[in-house]
Amino acid sequence: MAKQFILKDQDHESYLITRRIYISAIIILLLVIMIISKIFYLTVLQHEHFTTLSKSNRIKIQPIPPIRGLIYSRDGIILAENKPTFSLVVTPEQIENVDEVVARLKKIISIDGADIERFESAFKAALNKKRRFENIPLRLNLKKEEVALFAVNRHRFPGVDVIAGLSRYYPLGEKLVHTIGYVARIDKDDVKQIDKAKYSGTNYIGKLGIEKSYESLLHGVAGYQQVEVNVEGRVIRVMDRTAPKPGANLHLTIDLALQQIAIDALEGRRGAIVAMDPRNGDVLTFASSPGYDPNKFVDGIDGKSYNALLASKDKPLINRILQGEYPPGSTIKPFMGLIGLDNGVRTLLDESWCPGWFSLKGHTHRYRDWKKQGHGHTGLHKAIMESCDVYFYALAHELGIDRIFAGLSAFGFGQVTGIDIGGEADGLLPSREWKRKVLDQAWFPGETLILGIGQGYALSTPMQLAKATASLANRGRVVRPRLVSGTSHPITNKVDMLPNMLEGQITVTDNTHWEAVINAMQEVVHGVGGTAWRSGLNAAYRFAGKTGTAQVIGIAQDEEYIEESIAEEFRDHALFIAFAPVASPEIAIAIIVENAGAGSKVAAPIARRMFDNFMSNRGLVSKG
Amino acid sequence: MKEFSLGQRLHIDFPLLFVILALCVIGLAVIYSAGGQDINLVYRQAIKLSIAIMGMLIIAQLPITEIARWSSCLYLFSIILLIVVIFYGDVGKGAQRWLDLKVFRFQPSEIVKLSVPIMIAYFLANKTLPPESSSVIAVCIIIAIPVLLIAKQPDLGTALLVAAAGFSVLFVAGISWRLLILMGILAAAATPILWYVMHDYQKRRVLFFLNPENDPLNAGYHIIQSKIAIGSGGLYGKGWLNGTQSRLEFLPERSTDFIFAVYCEEFGMLGVLLLLCIYLFIISRGLYIAINAQNNFGRLLASGLTLTFFVYIFVNMGMVIGQLPVVGVPLPLISHGGTSMVTLMAGFGVIMAIHRHKRFLSF
Repeated sequence: MAKQFILKDQDHESYLITRRIYISAIIILLLVIMIISKIFYLTVLQHEHFTTLSKSNRIKIQPIPPIRGLIYSRDGIILAENKPTFSLVVTPEQIENVDEVVARLKKIISIDGADIERFESAFKAALNKKRRFENIPLRLNLKKEEVALFAVNRHRFPGVDVIAGLSRYYPLGEKLVHTIGYVARIDKDDVKQIDKAKYSGTNYIGKLGIEKSYESLLHGVAGYQQVEVNVEGRVIRVMDRTAPKPGANLHLTIDLALQQIAIDALEGRRGAIVAMDPRNGDVLTFASSPGYDPNKFVDGIDGKSYNALLASKDKPLINRILQGEYPPGSTIKPFMGLIGLDNGVRTLLDESWCPGWFSLKGHTHRYRDWKKQGHGHTGLHKAIMESCDVYFYALAHELGIDRIFAGLSAFGFGQVTGIDIGGEADGLLPSREWKRKVLDQAWFPGETLILGIGQGYALSTPMQLAKATASLANRGRVVRPRLVSGTSHPITNKVDMLPNMLEGQITVTDNTHWEAVINAMQEVVHGVGGTAWRSGLNAAYRFAGKTGTAQVIGIAQDEEYIEESIAEEFRDHALFIAFAPVASPEIAIAIIVENAGAGSKVAAPIARRMFDNFMSNRGLVSKG
Repeated sequence: MKEFSLGQRLHIDFPLLFVILALCVIGLAVIYSAGGQDINLVYRQAIKLSIAIMGMLIIAQLPITEIARWSSCLYLFSIILLIVVIFYGDVGKGAQRWLDLKVFRFQPSEIVKLSVPIMIAYFLANKTLPPESSSVIAVCIIIAIPVLLIAKQPDLGTALLVAAAGFSVLFVAGISWRLLILMGILAAAATPILWYVMHDYQKRRVLFFLNPENDPLNAGYHIIQSKIAIGSGGLYGKGWLNGTQSRLEFLPERSTDFIFAVYCEEFGMLGVLLLLCIYLFIISRGLYIAINAQNNFGRLLASGLTLTFFVYIFVNMGMVIGQLPVVGVPLPLISHGGTSMVTLMAGFGVIMAIHRHKRFLSF
């Protein structure tokens, strides 16, 4: 009976179970359809979207920085090159605990505080930019031993690599820092100005000098490659590559032999020497002393060294040729003389009586001549040769400020020379308008007098003096100075010469005026009684010059300037301008040696040495 | 006396065996691709597969009555192992799951995946069906003890699968819809408690399942990369060994839990349809065996194990396509790994035993 009941129940129960199994099957089918429709949505409807995502996952565009152009001197000596360097880099994407990895790295490779500081800011920036794929330099310029040491420990540091790169190197160091300048790592300010696409992958940018002003030529054009990367950011294969175009090589106008003489002459002194070819504006010498080592700036100078440079009394960071503003002193006299002749205020025969001082009518103030006893009867020729102040006081007074301003402006005083590197100071050529505008005062006649001997408000840079001298040597032809004469293609070596920049011609009423002034300048060095007669002794060629002495402090009416009794930094600056050979000048020079006293003693002999070298290389100097 | 076919004499269900073998071959091919074309990985997996298949064939020889008779002992034994693992288990990935027997290591929770449905099937087969409330409560207790022990390890994925195995049997046994809905409500009410006991990484996974784009580099990363793999595979797939998401290692866990994404990327929508057809064949074969089983124990057990098999598939695929939170459930018979494979094969062995022994009793 009981068995019967169970059996009957079995049928019902098996029917129940079977029904539930069918229900389960239906549920399963519904769920499978749900899965299929979701997969259909992903694979068919959203296929393109996910294909794009998949590609952006694995395909990265890597910039290939171009190789920066090299810089050569006139004679083909390399002045800026690219040295292979090795840096230790970290890829954020592959690192979990950066501090821990850095701590372990420190045990095998020296990493200092400055490295860490730079690394951490770059690391944060990379994380913010979501460019976790890009590597970040931790240590630069690894030594060979360090590269080897890391290589054997490489397996312990996933996400850390040594990469080879090129780093700028200046073999001549401080000798040409004010000319070439330097490159340094691109900083925040640079980023605002550069085209990021062009500079992706580039680490360095020109900061100063040639490196800065010729940045666009030197940099070249970045290439790129499409690479397939894995999840760690490691490149699996290169898919497509566009080669970078290397930057152009630059050929400077600098003559290294002359540059070396100038540097030696300025050794241990503050000063500037600039020489240029008046015919085409080629700057042959461009020396500002003291200099500093540009190589320290390439990968970031440490704060201590930089502060030391900033704090130095000699101000090595100042480019004295372009930024040093000095009173031109007596070097302005040839130009004044020419303006006097040209305006008909003086003839060659007109003479002034020089008793050793000059006074304006109705005034008791005595404007002193450097020669206490005076020059006696003095014409233009003697006034330039002996650098008579009284002649020029009188001349300036008769010309008046307006004519002086116009005349000196033509020679470029008070204006930038337009040389092909930046940072030039204007200098100052005073005028009535200037004084009214800046000082809110009327022009006083006494100020005209001292302007006549290059003192007072007048300031000029050595570059301006050199350009004015070149214009004088050229008999009025004004040429813009330049440091780069041409470029060459890094692969084909095809040379492109840059054109000379002829700015214009200073016209005079009578061309004999040029010869009159130049002749007087020649007598400065070759004539008996010329202020720099010693410098012209036994020269195998003829050159013309003019000494100058720029006052640093005012000397009272009845006081005497005694060099030895004055602290060095208040002593006069020695100046000298010159060009050679007289008949058809090929080199014009401006020299300023700070606090060195009279121009004839210190500055003129330097010019002579440079001219000797320059002329001997032309084969014109006689032996002995 | 009726002539027995070869399959009947060997106690093997050949249709099931062939399809399982086909699936294993597909699995090995995908593992080769997902594992960075490491042939050693494939060898090791093939060895594990062979052992698991042999285990399946041995279990298929067991008389169904013996399985029923030992069900209580098996259940108690597995519970004891779960308790032991709490005190002596090895820690792997932050959870105590493994028991080291010197010769080999295994997870007691895998045994539970079988012992629970066997126990419940045995329990309910001796009751009147549909089960009364008291039986349902008893079944819930039978399920709850191992589930809580596993959840404590913590291994939420396995706990869910064990619970699913138990409730599959209960569902097939005809539990009333009213009770089913009531239990659903209770489960929903228990969710906050579950949230409270969940580990941080589990909570994060659930949160980022809800909004994966929130944190693309951490918790949501799995799902985003997996969707990219599936979507970029398209209709036809990128081809075997050509899946960039897996080859370039953007996909995490690509030879284990996320192997389905690799499969989708390389074989596309069409490959998915083929795979689902194979799975559906296995499921329908299992349910066919259940319907034709000799007794209620066989019916309940075969259908319960088959439904659990589907739950595996559904949870894994649902996770990979971003429909379910990330829980560590492998794709059955495809994913790399030994333990879950052995359990699955043992389950199929039980299903085969149910099928073949019926014939002996019914000639």
